[in-house]
Amino acid sequence: MVVKPLTGNYAAAYAAKLSRVKVVAAYPITPQTTIVEKLAQFIEDGEMDAKMIRVESEHSALAAAYGAASGGVRAFTATSSQGLLYMHEMVWWVAGSRIPLVMTIVTRTLGPPWNIWTDHSDIMDQRDSGWLIMMAEHNQEVLDETIKMFKITEDPRVFLPGMVGLDAFILSHTTEPVDIPDQELVDTFLPPRRQPYVFKPGDSLLMGNVPRNLKENMRMREDIHNSLEAAKKVIEEVDEEWGKLTGRRYGGLIECYRCEDASHFIVGMGAWVGDMREAVDSLRTNGIKVGLIKVRYVRPFPREDILKWVVNAKSVVVFDRSVSAGSAGPLFLDVAAHLMTAGIHVPVKNILAGITGLDVTYEDIADAVLKSVAEVEETGKFSRFIEWYYGR
Amino acid sequence: MSDGMVEIRFHGRGGQGAVTAANILVYAAYKAGLWGQAFPFFGAERRGAPVMAFARISKRRIRVRSMIRHPDIVVVLDPALPKLVNVLDGLKQGGVIVINSPSKPEFGEGYRVYYVNASKIALDLNLVLAGWPLVNTAILGALARPLGFDIGIIEEAIKDYLGGGRGEVNAKAARRAYEEVKVLE
Repeated sequence: MVVKPLTGNYAAAYAAKLSRVKVVAAYPITPQTTIVEKLAQFIEDGEMDAKMIRVESEHSALAAAYGAASGGVRAFTATSSQGLLYMHEMVWWVAGSRIPLVMTIVTRTLGPPWNIWTDHSDIMDQRDSGWLIMMAEHNQEVLDETIKMFKITEDPRVFLPGMVGLDAFILSHTTEPVDIPDQELVDTFLPPRRQPYVFKPGDSLLMGNVPRNLKENMRMREDIHNSLEAAKKVIEEVDEEWGKLTGRRYGGLIECYRCEDASHFIVGMGAWVGDMREAVDSLRTNGIKVGLIKVRYVRPFPREDILKWVVNAKSVVVFDRSVSAGSAGPLFLDVAAHLMTAGIHVPVKNILAGITGLDVTYEDIADAVLKSVAEVEETGKFSRFIEWYYGR
Repeated sequence: MSDGMVEIRFHGRGGQGAVTAANILVYAAYKAGLWGQAFPFFGAERRGAPVMAFARISKRRIRVRSMIRHPDIVVVLDPALPKLVNVLDGLKQGGVIVINSPSKPEFGEGYRVYYVNASKIALDLNLVLAGWPLVNTAILGALARPLGFDIGIIEEAIKDYLGGGRGEVNAKAARRAYEEVKVLE
């Protein structure tokens, strides 16, 4: 292995190369473009044995990757923001077809107004589609989880596509040291491609026709749900296996920071989890027992893992970097619903921050959490469940 | 900011290589056994327009991702920039300025100023792109002084990043700036 300073985008490109992706479909969009640019360079330089298909839209990018994957090879594409929305129809089609595929999403807010900075609106808009969805905290995790995602999605217990999300610019264009594993290590880790069926010339297979039996159709939906539930175990197994090979274990669906003796919990996902760690340390210095639950996988949702930690908590503050307008932040809604159904009555609050790319510092996070904790300590509850936080 | 972390802001013009300089610094930091993080100003950039890039260096893995608002060091690649933008914005009291300047620059009291004629070094070594002297690697040599970095590490990082003959000549520029830089306390 070799440690090299890489941007988050280059970390994703190296992971696709190491996973021996055979087809890359590319359509540029800021801030994703440097991923497929780097892959194009790898292919051009003969470092990667793959075919690059340049298409005319994101819809076609995923359609082409899906076609290649249906034909039996590892396929890859990447997009952001409006591009992901333009792909949205294909996003559902790939999951419904049960074709494993890995796609990198450089999360960027949605227009209008035109804006290239990060939030999680684009990726959270895909959460009902049946894809596995994870968000990385740093560039090492981008590389590691992209490789792992091939193994997870190609596991027969799963057979679904997966997205690896990284925040625009604060990961995608930020350079930091990344440990790039050897090709031999990745070859040992990744088995040959597995998928439920392969389209072959001369071997007829009918796919996606109008169903005669809607019960069967509905069972297909249930099966996607059940496979995502089954994916939880696979994610943990693969995390453990990767950990043995590289020394880097992340903890499966969530990663906990200073949770053991915590009375108050922060929940968040993506790159600002790093700032949240600083906020936890600073709050702890002031004697506030805060723990951080980093959501790595938002689909499947880590119900059991989160409940285990917060069952005796005094409060839970969920940070969302997107909002389901007219309801609340999507991460918060999941956390609140699962707490409720488990009969856990802990005060829970949603802080909406960093939306449209607004810069958030660890001092901002500590400030928002400090005020929330103070309210719960004083009154035993939150007077309102949503707070739009614009900074100190 | 957390103990032991140095935050640096680069001011340049689009196309001058401020982002490349910040990236090379991460290479150098890693070679020096430190953690580094570099990022551009998050926006669309145009050639010639004032741009910024940022870097953090720390003994520990860097977790923060927010913008740098109170840098310890500002690096100015173009001597004319202080007239156009407030390069001192948010600079900590007693902070460091590293500037490409042919003559002694005036920044008033309260800063440590390192200046070097990086444009001349670049021109002498024929480091020119589209008529502009490429000063980003020379300025890294000057930056090695306040950072306390071994110039050998900066040279190695430049060679690794740029490779081949380009790496060699840019490393030479850094070495010369390291030797020629003057400091005003």
